[in-house]
Amino acid sequence: MTLNKSSKISGIAVAAAAALALTACSSSAKPAPSSTSAGGGSAAAGSLPSLKGQNLTVLAEWSGAEQTDFQAVLKQFEQLTGATVSYQSGGSNTGTVLQTKIAGGAPPDVALIPAPGLVNTLAQEGEIKPLDAAIQQEVTADYGPGWASMGTVGGKLYSVVYKASNKTTFWYNTAEFAQAGVVPPTDWTQFLADCQTLSDAGITPVSIGGSDGWTLADWFQNIYLSEAGPAMYNKLAHHQIPWTDPSVIKALTTFGQLLGNQKFIAGGDAGALQTSYNNSVTQTFTTPPKAAMVFEGDFSATQITSTTKAVIGTDAKFFPFPGPTASSGAGFVQVAGDMATALNSNAATMELIQYLASPTADAIWARLGGYLTPNKLVPVSDYPDATTQQEAQMLINAGTNVDFSLDDLSPAAFGGTVGAGYWKDMQDFLKDPANVQGTAKQLEADASKVTWS
Amino acid sequence: MTDPLDTPAAAAAGAGESADPPAPGRLPPADRPTGRRRRSALHIPVRVRFGFLAPSVLVLLAIIGWPILFSVWLSLHNADGSSWVGLHNYVSIFTDPATLTALKNNLIWLATAPTLACALGLIFAVLSERIRWATAFKVVIFMPMAISFLAAGVIFELVYQADPSIGVANAVMVEIHDTFAPSSKYPAAEPRSTLDYSQSKAGYTSPTEYTPGSVATVPLTGYSVLDLPKSAVQAAPAAAVPGEITGTVWLDLVYGGGGTPGHIDPGKKGTPGITVEALSGTKVAARATAGSDGTFALHGLSPGTRYRLALPASDFAQPYAGVSWLGPDLVTPAIIVAYLWIWAGFAMVLIAAGLSGIPRELQEAAKVDGASDFQIFRKITVPLLAPVLLVVLVTLAINVLKIFDLVYIISPGSTLSVANVLAVQMWSVSFGGAQNQGLGSAIGVFLYLLVLPAMYVNIRRIRRERRES
Repeated sequence: MTLNKSSKISGIAVAAAAALALTACSSSAKPAPSSTSAGGGSAAAGSLPSLKGQNLTVLAEWSGAEQTDFQAVLKQFEQLTGATVSYQSGGSNTGTVLQTKIAGGAPPDVALIPAPGLVNTLAQEGEIKPLDAAIQQEVTADYGPGWASMGTVGGKLYSVVYKASNKTTFWYNTAEFAQAGVVPPTDWTQFLADCQTLSDAGITPVSIGGSDGWTLADWFQNIYLSEAGPAMYNKLAHHQIPWTDPSVIKALTTFGQLLGNQKFIAGGDAGALQTSYNNSVTQTFTTPPKAAMVFEGDFSATQITSTTKAVIGTDAKFFPFPGPTASSGAGFVQVAGDMATALNSNAATMELIQYLASPTADAIWARLGGYLTPNKLVPVSDYPDATTQQEAQMLINAGTNVDFSLDDLSPAAFGGTVGAGYWKDMQDFLKDPANVQGTAKQLEADASKVTWS
Repeated sequence: MTDPLDTPAAAAAGAGESADPPAPGRLPPADRPTGRRRRSALHIPVRVRFGFLAPSVLVLLAIIGWPILFSVWLSLHNADGSSWVGLHNYVSIFTDPATLTALKNNLIWLATAPTLACALGLIFAVLSERIRWATAFKVVIFMPMAISFLAAGVIFELVYQADPSIGVANAVMVEIHDTFAPSSKYPAAEPRSTLDYSQSKAGYTSPTEYTPGSVATVPLTGYSVLDLPKSAVQAAPAAAVPGEITGTVWLDLVYGGGGTPGHIDPGKKGTPGITVEALSGTKVAARATAGSDGTFALHGLSPGTRYRLALPASDFAQPYAGVSWLGPDLVTPAIIVAYLWIWAGFAMVLIAAGLSGIPRELQEAAKVDGASDFQIFRKITVPLLAPVLLVVLVTLAINVLKIFDLVYIISPGSTLSVANVLAVQMWSVSFGGAQNQGLGSAIGVFLYLLVLPAMYVNIRRIRRERRES
């Protein structure tokens, strides 16, 4: 799920915009303002045919700086093929905007969808088209097997993970670690021991943004993925095993080992439930810091640099989410991402998606920063700093042991509603971490209420 | 009054009333005999009149009539509108705990917010009549109405933040608290947990017993070495003194880790100012304060008796964290306060307008008769203002029933389900994830039914006023 409180607000705006779009059905996206020139300009241009005179529309969630960077990528495509590409931002409710456009009969050519659940639904409804053989080859050659299978529905490739985020990064305040004399833990036992050491040294170990339920869901999902593995994770994500399964009980128990100790959490459980994701990150790196560590994805770096004086790589570093054993350390990755899908089978549409899947396009944004791709052919050295390089390396190393956020895979009625379902149950668990069985039962009860595809 | 049908608007009103024959006992105004209403003095044919009306009727049907009917239709269907479910969605409203909570909160809002806003508005309006800078005062009180509710929600979300360095409400609470009860010397510090000191409300008690002449060690943890007072120096072991219990209480930590737990290693500093007590049973036999190197000496003990050491909790109390405004207990009242901040000004302006219309003679007569200010207020001003107060109450009641923005923005995700109201629930089920527009429409229709009585009161009042004028 996407990030912060402001998404709540823009949610309203988008709902209003969607309502307007229903009546006005015109999807005339404004032509993109001319963007910064494509950094680098690596030209594997030979493979791209001329698409002169063709017009393509692209819908994605990015706005602001991300939009500028993405338009640099599109600009390169325009230069290589002669096609005209117009971009439209759907904001944090891109899924709703896309569905409205489809209902209105004017879908974009290419949509980058941040929710795999929606990709599945649209594929089953036939609204998005299977990608052609050339893209299939590109994906097989460039991406690890875990990534290719993420875009496959019913044996056919429907989407390519374009921009990925690594949600297995655990950020820490280096000064606080130095004061207590701890080094980043490699497994869960060591993690809990480090928490005790930090707590003894008068430093609250962990900051949790429990006011947003999705952060707690991401915690649980990392624990579950590391303990139960991707096969079980996928079954749970599609409700093929109940939430009362012993593997869920085990993961909740593990999570409870941390949550059960009030001294380990900034503000205790009541404080954590009042802390938004944004604040949970900020308060870990502000002066004086309120905690030594905060878990959330690579995108936390943006929050750190924009709201604190901490410098990524010196004051703020990350370690991979600790798994049950030291060797499982970087061996699993929970991700989120935007999946490129085609809304028609036109040659130009397929060319654009193949371009987006290729290292040429990935490298442009990778060099601009704020971007991760699981594409193996993008050299890690293309990323601007050591921290991003480490994040990208994790995505490539994960192999098959990589999976989308479970709440994004679930129907939104269960895994995507503020104050209800999965997120709410995890917040209740934060309040009462001893209640493992009750939480599992409640999760199962809420999961049973919705229809799973 | 000139010819009532001079304007199309009056014609519309006339047409509306002709379809609604006057009730017995309610005589139409004398200057508008029923016979004249059927035909215009200008002899405009009915067809033409409808021609003039048609555009606005069409627009109204398209943007009001049709959506209402479509909502009712949707509310009788399933999530995506594909199959008929009858009244199932309406049954869900009264069986789903989330919707019931929302309904309960709506009733709380309805019972408190309009009345309080009205009361505050009345107080402000009456007070503003008696002060010099009345206009300036009114402008300030009315100012929040100029801010969009969404922005006001964002402001109050910040005001109520739990962290006193962000939320002004808690900053005030903490400031007040600390003025009367200063924070402790070593908040959150504790004897090293491996030593099994027993903890109670009074503080920590040592598991071991000491006799006079012995030397005690009390290593502390849970406190940052960077926060130690400047007077703290390297901790020193205490020398045994006959007849006294001596010892050291120190922060058992070295910057950067290391050192042996429980040992006075180089780099570990004393914790000056900590109180140490010798307990005989539950009685405090002696009390001492640790010096800058952490050493203390307990005098006046009887030889041969065994004492436990106690560290009073007052030295370790956690700093006061303020009130959890947006926690489950206070979230709805907190949002209602934000609502009052905005709407009290609105109520004040309407009531002040009403006040200026009250005949002064009555108040002056009462004053001459020796009534006190409060009596005048209660027996004369308020009764005369009753019609205005009713208008304000009804308007706010309608407004409160459909409250959405403040609740949605201010309440954090963890208590949104506690602060939920029907309008937010309607949005959540329709667009906030579940995409169940059937249930959402049912809640919308239900909300509409709730507003109807207030609308009825309002319409009846407007009709009466028109007749009276």
